[in-house]
Amino acid sequence: MKFTIQVNEGPYQHQAADSAYNFVKAALEKGHDIFRVFFYHDGVNNGTRLTTPPQDDRHVVDRWSELARENEIDLVICVAAAQRRGIVDAGEAERNGKDATNIADGFRISGLGQLIEGAVQSDRLVVFGD
Amino acid sequence: MSILHIVNKSPYEKNSLDTAVGFVKNGDTVLLIEDAVYAAAKGGSVAAKLDGLDVSVLGSDLAARGIAEDRLIDGVSVVDYSGFVDLVEAKDSTQSWL
Amino acid sequence: MPDVKKLMYVNRRAPYGTIYAWESLEVVLVGAAFDQDVSLAFLDDGVYQLTRGQSTEGIGMKNFSAIYSALGDYEVTRIYVEKESLEERGLTLDDLQHLTWEDEDEDWAEKESIRLVDRAELADVMSNQDVMFNF
Repeated sequence: MKFTIQVNEGPYQHQAADSAYNFVKAALEKGHDIFRVFFYHDGVNNGTRLTTPPQDDRHVVDRWSELARENEIDLVICVAAAQRRGIVDAGEAERNGKDATNIADGFRISGLGQLIEGAVQSDRLVVFGD
Repeated sequence: MSILHIVNKSPYEKNSLDTAVGFVKNGDTVLLIEDAVYAAAKGGSVAAKLDGLDVSVLGSDLAARGIAEDRLIDGVSVVDYSGFVDLVEAKDSTQSWL
Repeated sequence: MPDVKKLMYVNRRAPYGTIYAWESLEVVLVGAAFDQDVSLAFLDDGVYQLTRGQSTEGIGMKNFSAIYSALGDYEVTRIYVEKESLEERGLTLDDLQHLTWEDEDEDWAEKESIRLVDRAELADVMSNQDVMFNF
């Protein structure tokens, strides 16, 4: 079965990102397809590579990046939500005249249409949030 | 069509569970995750709200909060993340009562 | 890909206190381009999104309440408002904006967008959806 996952909260503040990650991992282990993970609202903060949690804690951002690398998962950060919260890739930096980028490996920034497309193309949408 | 109602809020703080149970129809399942697992603990004042419903609770969230399975109200099923995935697959849609 | 899916946006939060209401509306506006079978549901504090007379000058935030009245132009014509949620909050339909759409098939006749439904009726509508968006 094909799933799209929506993550509405940032890492560490709320359990949503952890629950979403655990769900995605379990779905992959069972042989399901993850069509897309879409990060919205403060969920876009899952995609900054500048995160530095203490060493004895999980690294939520790196965990997503690894999952994307190993399973070719499409991690999409909503552009409108990202602009508000300062999640920047090279294209966004150039367009908006920013002097840095912070997007983590395996993530890309794209439009809200990607969420709708994910919901329409997948068998199920599962939303994690606050 | 059947719905998996996912609730993640403590019923002692938010009204999400109240609303969710009002929307449960025959064939639906309520899945308690994150802070909503407190709703399934025996002796709590909200336990009665789950009477007669098909309720599952995420075991890892229970364990994290120190709720032993023998302290759950009768009839509640404990699932792991694999079981969570199965529930999503088994129902026609999901509704997260954030 | 199925031709058309039934998509419902479920709104349960008040505006301004958090951004969910506004960013949910942004999804609805973008989603309109996808030609799906779209409806909106407002329940719990979500009913506060539709109230008249919102004025945000004093808090320095964008007042997006006028956009709801433009939803008809985006072919969003079914807006379910839950009766119980209104009553709990001491509200009636008169406290909400008058939302309409123009029916192309009936010579652009103006029709009501808001459908006042009780919880059981809304539960029936929800059980017929393919996808529900939660914010």
